[in-house]
Amino acid sequence: MTTSSLNPSDAVHSHTILAGDHWLHEIKQGQILRIIDLEGNQAADTLFYNAHDALDRYSAADTIQRQGNLYLTTGTRLMSTRGHPLLTIIADTCGRHDTLGGACSRESNTMRYSFEVEHMHACRDSFLCGIHEWGAGLGKRDITCNINFFMNVPVTPEGGLSFADGISGPGRYVEMRAEMDVMCLISNCPQLNNPCNAYNPTPVRALIWD
Amino acid sequence: MSEPTPIYSIDLHHGGLWSRIIGRGKTMRLTDLEGGANVGMLLYHAHERHERYNMPDTLKGQHIFYLRAPYCLHSDMGRLFASITQDTVGWHDTVCGCTNASLVAEKYGPLPFQEARNEYHRNARDSFLIELAKSGLGERDLVPNLNLFSKVVADDDGHLSFVKDHSKPGDHIDLRFEMDTLVVLNTCQHPLDPDSKYHPRKVKLEVFIADTVSPEDASLEARPENARAWRNSQDYYTLSA
Repeated sequence: MTTSSLNPSDAVHSHTILAGDHWLHEIKQGQILRIIDLEGNQAADTLFYNAHDALDRYSAADTIQRQGNLYLTTGTRLMSTRGHPLLTIIADTCGRHDTLGGACSRESNTMRYSFEVEHMHACRDSFLCGIHEWGAGLGKRDITCNINFFMNVPVTPEGGLSFADGISGPGRYVEMRAEMDVMCLISNCPQLNNPCNAYNPTPVRALIWD
Repeated sequence: MSEPTPIYSIDLHHGGLWSRIIGRGKTMRLTDLEGGANVGMLLYHAHERHERYNMPDTLKGQHIFYLRAPYCLHSDMGRLFASITQDTVGWHDTVCGCTNASLVAEKYGPLPFQEARNEYHRNARDSFLIELAKSGLGERDLVPNLNLFSKVVADDDGHLSFVKDHSKPGDHIDLRFEMDTLVVLNTCQHPLDPDSKYHPRKVKLEVFIADTVSPEDASLEARPENARAWRNSQDYYTLSA
């Protein structure tokens, strides 16, 4: 757990992302992004891209490989596919964030839950709306394995993996410094079939400081 | 019962770059010929190449952090690419990604083709990109790959350890394809392999005609998620035929 001394009233940008919505915003090099879990145990599915070259984007595998650890917390450098640090986590009052669980999609929901849930809103559809909003010819191929801020996906030494009860709570936050100009795309997860958010998706807030 | 005869066979060495389409109803067997092999692998739908192997769906669909028989390899469209029907290894890494040029230069030193001819130091990222380009794919299509034959375990705090001497000479894994699949692979070493020697192991790749999938198939019965994903794969062919 690492707290931050930044004052929300000094933030240059503040946006509340409702459950089921997406948020696309550029974070300039040196700016600080804080994401707040307003009501607790929400999943903020997040992708980052080099703002000037979308081919250079967040890589879950490179981030895990470079730090030799599965979980993201203070000190983690979020690495790109071309081996560049995109952002560094500098404060974290949740303690652990997931990058193995990916995003829900309407297609994978039929695999995970039942064929009857295909109509239900899912993160990949939000990501697709966000990537189209950015434009530049981007599409499904550019949606890669994301970060799930505030989500707890423990792996056991025996290799089991589960979606456990959240370790986050109301007001917990994670804060990161941009190491280059990055585009941030968040889908605030609308999943209604998973007990990890108590079947109740809630808003998160993004704050940016210069 | 006699051993079936492969319809295709090739030995992969010197980094082992290889990519082909393998049709559904066929089984690919990979055999570690020397022990300590690593096969980095990515899978794409043969005809809808924006559909690809998905590490998160494979893991959360089966509540597992690694792969072994009888588990399955899931696509990002809720469908199955392949089922692991045989496996003498028992643990295949899914999360550590691949080497790139700077990591290989740092670990093993530079060794260019001019000096070493085909013993030169290859890396897995460039190897994937070379083979992907031949199918019209590129950097946008690179996602976390499988590292077959390699074992990496996590402790309670998430720290990872590479398990040395995991795969033995003669160990093999069989993948039965459930959809027509573009298979892209190489035999570059695992990115967390602490071995200071550049030494991609030799791997045999064979393809066989698979047995018909029975309703009691072990891979499809392993998880209800696998059975639903298999039905989604079947639906693809029912609708598109």
